[in-house]
Amino acid sequence: MIGSLLRRDLARFFPFAGGGAALPVVFFVAVAMLYPFAVGPDVTMLARTGGGVVWIAALLAAILPLEKLVAQDIDLGVFDQLKLRGLSEEMMMAVRLLAHWLSFGPPLLLAAFPAAALLALEGETLRLLLMGLAAGTPGLAAIGLMIAALTASLRAGAALSGLLLIPLALPILIFGAGALARQDAASIGFVAAISLLLVAIAPFAAGAAIRAAREA
Amino acid sequence: MTGANGSGKTTLIRALAGLITPFSGGSACEGAIGLLDERTALDPDLPLGKALSFWERVDQCSSPDGAITVLGLEPLLDVPVRYLSTGQRKRAGLAALLNRSVPIWLLDEPLSGLDQTAIEQVTALIQLHIGGGGIALIASHQVLEIGGLRTLAIEDFAPSQEAAI
Repeated sequence: MIGSLLRRDLARFFPFAGGGAALPVVFFVAVAMLYPFAVGPDVTMLARTGGGVVWIAALLAAILPLEKLVAQDIDLGVFDQLKLRGLSEEMMMAVRLLAHWLSFGPPLLLAAFPAAALLALEGETLRLLLMGLAAGTPGLAAIGLMIAALTASLRAGAALSGLLLIPLALPILIFGAGALARQDAASIGFVAAISLLLVAIAPFAAGAAIRAAREA
Repeated sequence: MTGANGSGKTTLIRALAGLITPFSGGSACEGAIGLLDERTALDPDLPLGKALSFWERVDQCSSPDGAITVLGLEPLLDVPVRYLSTGQRKRAGLAALLNRSVPIWLLDEPLSGLDQTAIEQVTALIQLHIGGGGIALIASHQVLEIGGLRTLAIEDFAPSQEAAI
């Protein structure tokens, strides 16, 4: 049952496949392409600030799929039917978290290569950027899922979810982008620790949120 | 189960299904519950055949074609779910329910939006289900022509003034 659910979720969210939108990846690459045009093609400045821009682009790209991450399936009654088949909300949300991360985490890591080339990020900086994104995107996915579940029954959910994500994502951004500024791999460890914590609590928080949405 | 709009038929069905917590009291049941309401849980962007096959895989149903044929859904299998009419969608939901072969059916307005032929089909299916020893709790405004039905008027169980306060 869980395998079929994961396959369905992936088919819905994976970029370039079926109903999935390529928007997060396109958005991410677009920011990297536009940034040198906005600030000028000075290689040293691009190399110094580019990592931070890539991090901001990754954070914002993670917000884009939130609107349809949970709310749509509540309206369709999919969670109700899965519940009747004995699946717990926590398990549904754990599967959704994995599908959400797979649909934007690895594609962003791949897209980071052209982005890094455009922003003149090389060598150690590129390595820290990729490691940081690999460690940080699960946390961003977890925050996104929790927010999507919490705001699913609200009318202005989409606008609110953007606002909610920013403070919650700050620790990941500070340590992830900070690792680039200081050329310090230890910060990546902090990013991974924050991600781990968020991934651990997300299925429970999101599961409770969709249960509460039913009662409303 | 009968009752005016807003008298709590859907609420009762959802509480029995364990989806919402009753204000007081509780429910217990033996056997799996199948629910059919106005939300059929079929992906609107997928063709009907693919949308149904997701639930077939979840339910590990080995012979899903029977339900599709009985309900006359074969010509619609390539049509995306969002293009289906209310009645067609309802029949698709019923096909998913049939494929689960569960003993307890909770049906919320199973006849709304159906044409005369479909109403007869659905009535026959419910009769078959009950005949096979199954339970069906049906909330409906229309009269179902099924033998052995007991009517539960939800107004008879309305909370008294004191209890409400």
